[in-house]
Amino acid sequence: MFLLEVRGLSRHFGGVRAVEEVSFSAKSGSILSIIGPNGAGKTTLFNCLTGFTKPTRGSVVLAGKEISGFPSDRITRLGIARTFQNIRLFREMTVRENVMVAQHATIASGLLPAVLRSRRFRDEERDVRERAFEYLELLGIEGDSEKTAGSLSYGVQRRIEIARALATGAALLLLDEPTAGMNPQETEEMMGIIRNLRELGKTVILIEHDMKVVMGISEHIIVLDHGVKIAEGNPEEIKNNNMVIEAYLGKEAY
Amino acid sequence: MKAERSGFLFRSPVIVSLWFALLFLPFKGMKGAALLFVSMVVAIPVLRYAARKARGITLPIEKVREYFPRDRRYLAVLLIPLAALPVLKQDYLLDVAIIAGIYVILALGLNVVVGFTGLLNLGFVAFYAIGAYSYALINTRLGWGFWSVLPISILITTLSGFLLAFPALRLKGDYLAIVTLGFGEIVRLVLNNWDSFTKGPNGISGIAPPSFFGISLDRLSSYYYLVFFFVLLTVFVIRRVRDSKTGRAWIAIREDEVAAAAMGINRMWYKFSSFAFGAFWAGLAGCLFAAKMRFVSPESFTFMESVFILCMVIVGGIGSIPGVIFGAIALVCLPEVLREVQMYRMLALGAGLVFLMIFRPQGLFGGKRVPLGG
Repeated sequence: MFLLEVRGLSRHFGGVRAVEEVSFSAKSGSILSIIGPNGAGKTTLFNCLTGFTKPTRGSVVLAGKEISGFPSDRITRLGIARTFQNIRLFREMTVRENVMVAQHATIASGLLPAVLRSRRFRDEERDVRERAFEYLELLGIEGDSEKTAGSLSYGVQRRIEIARALATGAALLLLDEPTAGMNPQETEEMMGIIRNLRELGKTVILIEHDMKVVMGISEHIIVLDHGVKIAEGNPEEIKNNNMVIEAYLGKEAY
Repeated sequence: MKAERSGFLFRSPVIVSLWFALLFLPFKGMKGAALLFVSMVVAIPVLRYAARKARGITLPIEKVREYFPRDRRYLAVLLIPLAALPVLKQDYLLDVAIIAGIYVILALGLNVVVGFTGLLNLGFVAFYAIGAYSYALINTRLGWGFWSVLPISILITTLSGFLLAFPALRLKGDYLAIVTLGFGEIVRLVLNNWDSFTKGPNGISGIAPPSFFGISLDRLSSYYYLVFFFVLLTVFVIRRVRDSKTGRAWIAIREDEVAAAAMGINRMWYKFSSFAFGAFWAGLAGCLFAAKMRFVSPESFTFMESVFILCMVIVGGIGSIPGVIFGAIALVCLPEVLREVQMYRMLALGAGLVFLMIFRPQGLFGGKRVPLGG
């Protein structure tokens, strides 16, 4: 059962074909990695999937529903959440408030119930607060819940981003370089977190440069180069694929 | 390289003092200017030193904040004297207090847009004007009373908030500020020039004061209580909205628009609602103003007024509700207190603002982040 199906997705910037005719599918409850050299179009592909740039052509089907060209907030509400390569937290808010904002779409009470503090509003707010704490516990950062997000270390900020993505309730999480800039121990912990996400029934798509992470946790790997998918398969297949080795290391000289 | 050099120029005490002395020359003559120059050359390095030392020091105001708002009993300490103000039978005092109250509502409304959502609105006075004029026009033309016109007038203002948001919200930052500034001027010019409808620069007089179950509230003390009630209502509602999904969405947009969208927040809708919600309070303030003065004219709604309201928000501390209340009261009362120094009072006020921004750019109460509920 495929949660996400991408067919012939292209994104051109003028003459530059950042993403060209990329097709792939993500199985529900799996971890899929997208790898490729710098400038291969990985982040642009993420932006197309989450509505931050409109695909030039192609289709994106999430759980049977065509979503390409939808605005980003609607895509999130439909079930794709993401993190950003260059962390984008609500820096002045506390960690818990960050995760509370992420539950935006789960709250039904509008302005009037908020002003009147209706019973339903109070119940919802309490749930949102408690759930925020649960997500933080899941990522092991509940101790920082009342600190200002911008003041925390890089590793913690990455975790807040994941907690936030998780809190949107989306079934599919797109993580853009979750281990970038981390030391080996932090990377190890992050791998545990990502595996944990799958245990929770989430489907994960990663962009990752650390081959240990990619080979260690993904079931399926897609390789992009110059916007084109040059290979896909399980970690074993990718390791031995000549096209991939060429894209990363260059052609062998005879 | 060049920028650094000019930066050095502006920081040099001699140049700054010379510039101020030149500005002063036409007012106080050679002797006064020279005196100013000498005293500034001395004072600037001293003040700079003091500023560097003061950076780490918390003002007593922050100490107060720490335990003050937590306990609601302290609120009574503040509210009871305010409620008892008319006992003094000082008409002048009540007059200033009423005006301060109207500005508190205005500043709190602008704070929603600028402080929470982070959208710079330089034409906020337009909504104030629309509120005041719609009240004045409906009241004088149709003879409807305060309580029936109030909701209509607020509705009109809120809708005009949506109207401005339409073209404005495609833009960001400086560009948005320019468009809102333009809107403010358009409204004022329409009021000034549409003689047949608004009576142009002559303004509209003969506006009826509000009444309460048949009792006319034209006495100053009863009007004071009316404004007092609306100020409390404004604080009550804005606080509660801030501590809800809507308020969180506004603040999230201010913090990082892209991330907010990634959280499923419809950016456009929440910017719209922020503009409209801010305008709502300006509409209320406009009605109160028109009913108090019983006269409106375009003169009351100039660009300077927008700047003045923005100053209140900034002085008190952008985003902080007690800060903005304090800022509004301070900026209404200070010129009154400074009447002593007559013609220099605006100068003193301006200098005060400059120093505040140098020593405490986050505003008096803005020491900490905007707290959210819970």
